[in-house]
Amino acid sequence: MRTALLATLTAVALLAGATLAAAQPQNGIVRPTYEPEQPSVRLGEELFNANCASCHGIGGQGIGKPRPGAGDVPGAGPSLRGVGALAADFYLRTGFMPLSDIHAEPSNRRVLFTGKEIRSLVEFVASLGPGPGIPHPDLAGARLNSGFELFTEDCAGCHQSLARGGFVTGARVPPLQGYDATEIAEAVRIGPYLMPRFSTSRISEAQLASIVKYVLSTNHPDNRGGWSIGNLGPIPEGLVAWLAAFALCVVCLGLGRRLRA
Amino acid sequence: MSRMRQWLLALATLAWGRRRRPAVAEQREREREAEHAAAERIVPAGPPDRRAENLVVALLVLAALCAAGFIFVYAFFSPAEMPNQLLGVSIAASLGLVALALAVFARRLIVTEELEDDYPREHPEEQREIAQLVGESASRLTRRKLLLGAAGATGGALGLAGLAPVLSLGPLWDTSPLFASPWRRGRRLVDQEGRPMLADEVEEETFYTAFPEGADPDELASPIVVVRLAPSAIRLPAGRGTWAPRGILAYSKICTHAGCAVALYRKPRFPVVEPKPALVCPCHYSTFDPATGASVIFGPAGRPLPQLPLMIDASGHLRAAGRYSGPVGPAWWGVRSGEVK
Repeated sequence: MRTALLATLTAVALLAGATLAAAQPQNGIVRPTYEPEQPSVRLGEELFNANCASCHGIGGQGIGKPRPGAGDVPGAGPSLRGVGALAADFYLRTGFMPLSDIHAEPSNRRVLFTGKEIRSLVEFVASLGPGPGIPHPDLAGARLNSGFELFTEDCAGCHQSLARGGFVTGARVPPLQGYDATEIAEAVRIGPYLMPRFSTSRISEAQLASIVKYVLSTNHPDNRGGWSIGNLGPIPEGLVAWLAAFALCVVCLGLGRRLRA
Repeated sequence: MSRMRQWLLALATLAWGRRRRPAVAEQREREREAEHAAAERIVPAGPPDRRAENLVVALLVLAALCAAGFIFVYAFFSPAEMPNQLLGVSIAASLGLVALALAVFARRLIVTEELEDDYPREHPEEQREIAQLVGESASRLTRRKLLLGAAGATGGALGLAGLAPVLSLGPLWDTSPLFASPWRRGRRLVDQEGRPMLADEVEEETFYTAFPEGADPDELASPIVVVRLAPSAIRLPAGRGTWAPRGILAYSKICTHAGCAVALYRKPRFPVVEPKPALVCPCHYSTFDPATGASVIFGPAGRPLPQLPLMIDASGHLRAAGRYSGPVGPAWWGVRSGEVK
């Protein structure tokens, strides 16, 4: 009797959950009813007003103090006037934006807009005011070894020398594998979230190309000795060495026992 | 007065005790020898082996020399050019030679006697026998004192070698080198390539490393980290009102916890919802707030980063306007929470 009741209750709960899930919009993105052939500033504006303006304000003017936005989610965000195509392209293509909660650290790589929508939004944001364009690092003239040196000087403090990511107080430092050359160059010039910004007076275009070349090379690092151990540096390597030595001791002890017996 | 009497009494007791002891010890020694002579040998008396003894002494002396070599290397080289391999090789050779000496001693100088029976437990008679066995097994030694001396020298040298690194904990009597700083009023700030820094080129949302013009950049107090904040956000301690012209701040780059370089700058893009700007040391995540004189807001550092007052000259270059607000680098016994004793 009791089992039957429990089974019924579970079934009802599951059904209710499924109905609720089906009722939710796919990912919260609101799209215009028509589908234009080409990316355009107009499509970008419509997408912006529907999905971005609750935090970035009307016309991208920014909202300084959190205030109730769409669906009672508090909205606040920096002004987008003058950030140019650079920032819009970076945040949208990497999936750092849109953000579900303004206090969340932008981190996940779920890209919610299509390529055409992103190009439209980038065109619209660039039209809000004069700002930097999308960088095009010249990898042909880049040098891997100077890229490594620059990376250890300016980036490895947070991102670790093989760009595997880490932590700073108050933020997670993402690993840099899987990003393309443009995204890496954009991140250096913007300084997303807590990362410092590096302008051309700090890191020249040629130096930036070398850094990008090095970061791309960490996707397939040259693991001398054959075993990467996660490319996490000397601490896991030391740990593995200790474990191997311990295993060797156990084997020797076993052999010794056997010889004596 | 009564204290003095107590001291005299204690000294007299000590002297009397020291005079008495040898007599007692001698008597005991004689008794033991008599006992030995009386008892029958269990372990066959081994023939003396001078060559093995010489070998053991030589090995021990070599080990002592290696340990002394460690101390010499440690004392002779400055920390920057210390040959670590030489340190490791000398101490490893010393310990290896001691092990070799013990092995030779055990194999060639100890007379061995195998016992077939189980180890006797509650038989005082047999216990005495065991003690005698152990005593007689050293019968081959002819130069006990020489061997003991060599072993003592090795132990002493190794112990001193182990203690030598204590000297690196810092200067003991004269702590003035810890306060040394190449920064003087009027000295220009230069970047890594030696180019003077212009105030207008210092941007917000990023950080710069600077050095004193014409000074040794490897000196502990040389490197500084320069950041620019909105002047309205700056809340420096009292008396530092003019230290940050146009919102440009300079702090020692050496963390006050363990002396690492403060190499991270946390910069909020949208301060309303992001943590405030901070200088972060990558070693143990000590976090300093540049807006309030680098006060510690997180981590193990015990005191703020020393601040360097800045000024801007007529040509727009950044110059030091004085000296640091406190001693640079990790705290030591003369420094307590930023105050100099």
